[in-house]
Amino acid sequence: MDGIHDLGGKYGYGPVIRETREPVFHDRWEAKVFAIMRGASAAGAVKNTDQFRHAVERIDPVAYLTHGYYGRWLGGLETLLVEAGLVSQANIGSRVAELGGDPAAGIAARPAKHPDIVAYEPLAAHSYRSLQAPPRFRVGDRARTRATPIGGHTRLPAYARGHTGWIARSHDGWVFPDSNAHGRGENPQHLYTVAFAGETLWGAEAEPGLTVHLDLFESYLEGP
Amino acid sequence: MTETTPQALRAEALESLLVEKGLLDPATVDQVIVQYNERVGPMNGARVVAKAWTNPEFRKRLLADGTSAIAELGLEGAQTDKLVVVENTSDVHNLVVCTLCSCYPWAVLGLPPKWYKDPAYRSRVVREPRKVLEEFGVALAGDKAIRVWDSSAEVRYMVLPEPPADGRGLSEAALAERVTRDSMIGVEIL
Repeated sequence: MDGIHDLGGKYGYGPVIRETREPVFHDRWEAKVFAIMRGASAAGAVKNTDQFRHAVERIDPVAYLTHGYYGRWLGGLETLLVEAGLVSQANIGSRVAELGGDPAAGIAARPAKHPDIVAYEPLAAHSYRSLQAPPRFRVGDRARTRATPIGGHTRLPAYARGHTGWIARSHDGWVFPDSNAHGRGENPQHLYTVAFAGETLWGAEAEPGLTVHLDLFESYLEGP
Repeated sequence: MTETTPQALRAEALESLLVEKGLLDPATVDQVIVQYNERVGPMNGARVVAKAWTNPEFRKRLLADGTSAIAELGLEGAQTDKLVVVENTSDVHNLVVCTLCSCYPWAVLGLPPKWYKDPAYRSRVVREPRKVLEEFGVALAGDKAIRVWDSSAEVRYMVLPEPPADGRGLSEAALAERVTRDSMIGVEIL
């Protein structure tokens, strides 16, 4: 979906700000969010990485830009825990008030009233699925990405839509995030690293000598 | 340090509710802190790079199949179904990003720095990598090719930097000390 998360090529975010001597976790609450992820996965609220990434994409867009990485995780986790019926936002609000906070402040989560039913039985621990069917493209082939937006979760960024590149690497089959995120099955597809010349993506403004590579699923691609 | 920002309080609230329901072991947070401070971090990638610099056969294997090569060093696990290592040379500079979220090769680099996950880096580095590199203090020759790797699926990327000019003759362990996290993301030249 064309959400706030799809940042590639966007203007206006200013210089890259680096911290000196950045700690792994800035505060204990960031590590708590990490721990909550483990609990939410074990409890079945987070079924797979694709579903979780989509939950993060669905949080409040202003929060997406201002709450930081662990704030985004927190919003995604609250969304999925509420959708799974394990906690309610009223429960969380009451607990925040008991801790001395404002229960209405800092809510990034946007649980859906009718969430996708994600019945996920992973066939393997990871996302690689070797495929019998041969890949449609070979390394060196030209390929064009689909030009139109994809609703729901997808891993085709907007900046790479409708452009012609070439197949740089071929990766066999992988779980297809666009269906797996929504509980519509793994539907593994061939995955390719597709290379695009800077001029193809950015026109005359492109910096010299630039090639951008993306890992794209076969159904995002058409022949040249 | 304990913050009382709205996010900190909401995380605290959610954690305590899950602990009460028996869905989360309260010891998990300390396990996470130890794991990512002490065991899973850029020191792992530094070992891989130093070995590649000193062992041409390993370097060949690493560039051909990063996943198997890092397994030789006992490095496996979270977030790395497939690792692809891309090599910086006198002609080519590589940079890693994830524009859609913040995918990063945890097994070799640990958790990403804040700037890697922030909108500025994610939005700009696919479009104007030379300008971003200048902000990092890296000036690339005008005729050097730049390859940006946007980690849009489960393949993870790590840069094999060029060795430091004054590193000749150093041991593998001494070289590992010279490898920085940023050089393995591609925003620093050693």
